[in-house]
Amino acid sequence: MNTEKKIRVLVAKPGLDGHERGARVIAYGLRDLGFEVIYTGLRQTPEEIVSAAIQEDVNVVGLSILSGAHLTLTRKIIEKLREQNANDILVIVGGIIPDKDVPELNKMGVMGVFTSGTSIKDVGAFIKSNLS
Amino acid sequence: MRQEWESQIAEMRKGSVRGLARLITRVENRDTGWLDAMQIIYPMTGKACVIGITGSPGAGKSTLTDRLTRELSDQGFKIGIIAVDPSSPFSGGALLGDRLRMKEVSTIDDVFIRSMATRGALGGLNLAARDVVKIMDAFGKDIILIETVGVGQDEVEVVKAADMVLVVCVPGMGDGIQAIKAGIMEVADIFVVNKADKDGADQAVADIHAMLDLSADEASVKIPVVKTIASTGEGVTDLVRMMLQNFEAGRIRTSWQKERIKEEILSLLEKEVARHLRNRWDQNGNLDQAIKQVTARKQDPYSVVQEMISLMHLQ
Repeated sequence: MNTEKKIRVLVAKPGLDGHERGARVIAYGLRDLGFEVIYTGLRQTPEEIVSAAIQEDVNVVGLSILSGAHLTLTRKIIEKLREQNANDILVIVGGIIPDKDVPELNKMGVMGVFTSGTSIKDVGAFIKSNLS
Repeated sequence: MRQEWESQIAEMRKGSVRGLARLITRVENRDTGWLDAMQIIYPMTGKACVIGITGSPGAGKSTLTDRLTRELSDQGFKIGIIAVDPSSPFSGGALLGDRLRMKEVSTIDDVFIRSMATRGALGGLNLAARDVVKIMDAFGKDIILIETVGVGQDEVEVVKAADMVLVVCVPGMGDGIQAIKAGIMEVADIFVVNKADKDGADQAVADIHAMLDLSADEASVKIPVVKTIASTGEGVTDLVRMMLQNFEAGRIRTSWQKERIKEEILSLLEKEVARHLRNRWDQNGNLDQAIKQVTARKQDPYSVVQEMISLMHLQ
């Protein structure tokens, strides 16, 4: 097994909704695709997520949001990543995201938005093609 | 190349958390020049106390690490944590979930947590864990906690990296002896019976004492057995006191130091030689060739290895 150069992904659930299934499915799925996935559990503040992303030196932050607060939360997280000069980290968002909000997320710097029904293989392929 | 490493190390030494994290990644990935980088870092190390936390899966190692960190950080220590989880030998991927149980300490300023996957290493640690300990030491951490993969019976790599080892057991695992077979038994500087509110905790403590009495000779120091309930924090203050006493009394593995250094040199050499050979093989395609030959039973694995060794002029 080639041990070197793994893509590290933080799967995080900001905000107050307790629906963890989606985040877990993504975490397990990305693991099975060969990623090193750091999972931090429910109800994380933007500060906690950014601090974990920096310490773990991840390539990707994946946010799972089903509460409807995706615009506010994502904006905060991206701002905080910028403050830490960590805007090279790829941010993707999944969960329940209305189509009309996607352009705004993209404008903030979110590279990909994946709503329910996305295959994990597609997410994996997206990450790989956007990092290389 | 060296200059790039030097500036990264300087950034880390200035206290940049991002610099520290990136340096760890590059060393873990064995980026070109990593041996040079470690040579620069080595003289900056030697101050931190390294504590290994090992035990069976589900014993509560992460939760205990969280509690220990809170207690130690309250006392003013700067803490680094290395939390190791297994990589899948099939996909190479890993789910690193230890942080999940370390939520409360994850935002303390002087606490740095790094999750690592085993990446194929056996024995409950990652190959680079020892190097990462040194980087955290050079960064200025006072105490570095290494939480191993949940281990079974003889995965005791942690002893080669740590000054003190806590072996965490839980009540009700067979007769209590099951969790502390040869190997695990010898590495413990302190035994922790966690989840001590469960039935059979006192029995587990008694079993461990009985085992220790059997194996100890007159002169050896008594290994303490401590009961904790990591989820509530009960017993953790006592445990911390005992750990600090051990350090003050110099009851750390200095007797092992020579062994440890020897082992570190040998294993680094072994890994670097193997990596070198593999890289060369990857480049010239000879490994694929050899695999085909062996698959077709035109050659055997032994002669493949012998050929490679003779190329190195070792024989």
